[in-house]
Amino acid sequence: MTHRPLVHKTAMPGLGLSAGITIAMLSIVVLLPIGALLLKGANFGLSNILEVVTRERVAASLYLSFKLALLAALFNLIFGVLLAWVLVRYRFPGKRFLDAAVDLPFALPTAVAGIALTALYAPNGAFGSVAQEIGWKIAYTQMGIFIALVFVGLPFVTRTVQPVIEEIDREVEEASATLGASRLYTLRHVILPMLMPAALTGFALALARAVGEYGSVIFIAGNIPLRTEIAPLLIVIQLEEFNYDAAAAIGIAMLVISFVMLLAINLIQIVSRRRMGHV
Amino acid sequence: MSDATLHTRRHAFRAATEEAPLLRITLIGIAVAGLAILVFAPLAVVFAEALREGWLAAVESLGNQDARSAIWLTLLITAIAVPANAAFGIAAAWFITKFDFRGKAFLITLIDLPFSVSPVVAGLCIVLLFGANSAIGGWLVANGWPIVFAIPGIVLATIFVTFPFVARELIPVMIEQGRAEEEAALTLGASGWRTFWTVTLPNIRWALLYGTLLCTARAMGEFGAVAVVSGKIRGQTATMPITIEMLYNEYLSVAAFSMAALLTALALVTLLLKTLLELRHADQLAAIRRH
Repeated sequence: MTHRPLVHKTAMPGLGLSAGITIAMLSIVVLLPIGALLLKGANFGLSNILEVVTRERVAASLYLSFKLALLAALFNLIFGVLLAWVLVRYRFPGKRFLDAAVDLPFALPTAVAGIALTALYAPNGAFGSVAQEIGWKIAYTQMGIFIALVFVGLPFVTRTVQPVIEEIDREVEEASATLGASRLYTLRHVILPMLMPAALTGFALALARAVGEYGSVIFIAGNIPLRTEIAPLLIVIQLEEFNYDAAAAIGIAMLVISFVMLLAINLIQIVSRRRMGHV
Repeated sequence: MSDATLHTRRHAFRAATEEAPLLRITLIGIAVAGLAILVFAPLAVVFAEALREGWLAAVESLGNQDARSAIWLTLLITAIAVPANAAFGIAAAWFITKFDFRGKAFLITLIDLPFSVSPVVAGLCIVLLFGANSAIGGWLVANGWPIVFAIPGIVLATIFVTFPFVARELIPVMIEQGRAEEEAALTLGASGWRTFWTVTLPNIRWALLYGTLLCTARAMGEFGAVAVVSGKIRGQTATMPITIEMLYNEYLSVAAFSMAALLTALALVTLLLKTLLELRHADQLAAIRRH
């Protein structure tokens, strides 16, 4: 076996400078802090971490965070694909405006989204009062958290799927129709499989965002232990009590669970790409 | 066949690659209603709540000492974090696209890592590394350089959560453009810096601006990571989003929503600029979407 050099020789200048800035900033801003968290966890010990994570209140918050993030990402997967389809394929007045508005949840600060959603869905709010009349309570329940997570994850699926729809060759649809498929059959069995890999990428991004979301959730959640308390809030509470070990334990648990979920989504994605025949 | 007959034919028969009108209208209806409820309603509420007691009350609430210092702090943090991030993004994109080295995919994964880390966990990591209880933090505090509960910590947290933004936009554009133009400039005797300023930068400027805009929007509004590292000291480390939380928790609704409206206005400006950029320079930015 020939030995591959670490960096191939080239006449391009700036190797030292660009590599130096990249690695230095990556280390100081991202890698060392994450390393500090992992080191804290290692010193605390696996059995202690498990003890913290399996405490009733912690386990409930982790379960809640991941459950609602998954549900919100699923909603965004369906609504996001629909929205992408409408925005690419149909013509209607105000379309460009709507397209720009999809990015609003990216631009709007999470704390602003949090207080706005709370004002809207609180029992005396515009939507909350309507909901209350039919006996629903949204703010300060898990439903409220779900809505906040839908809001922050809204753009991901649409923005990953839109370019794929734009590039679909119309001839594929024509062929399907010529062979006698109904439009719905074509959408379900021809178009949808083509969109799946991109949609899953968006789903994964929305999920990762929702799991760790803090600002938009804490206002609308009510933060009742065991019922509407999310995992990031529990980390903040532990930090305010200078309980660094417990905070680190919950933080590590969140990293590990996120990592496993994203890995699973990547595997599903590889399988769905294989089925499409281009790996 | 005349244009008129073509026109009527198009209306009479639905193309095989279109949905039935009823389905189409239903889907458009769901999309519009969904965005109205999920996006436009919260946006409208911010301004409605801010103006509940009139313009005067809203503007007055932004004029006091704490509010002014929060606005200044947010602008300061953004003014430090965004250029730092732009510099990193350019360096990382140059390193990744102009050289061939082992572990490139791994490096890209590491740069994207902050996207999948909760902002609160990001803040926690910074507290653990630079807090007064840690070795590094203790030494820095002893020498009069506190990081956590001070401005440097907020800057670090902001750079962490916005870390991939600029690099992510630049890398696909620079991959598409290749190295030929830079190689030509170098062959003709241009220095490395001259090549960068006169060849590379003009080619990537819109993507750079695009990434910088995304980065700015997020930097101004970052809450979770800043909440953990700032210590929320009024008038000193309370940024605009942190001040919104404090005012809201004190039931100062008009003041909270007025500051929120100001931040929202800034967010809408970045959104507008971004949309304009997408319309004007669709060709260069298309590369970002393709990758």
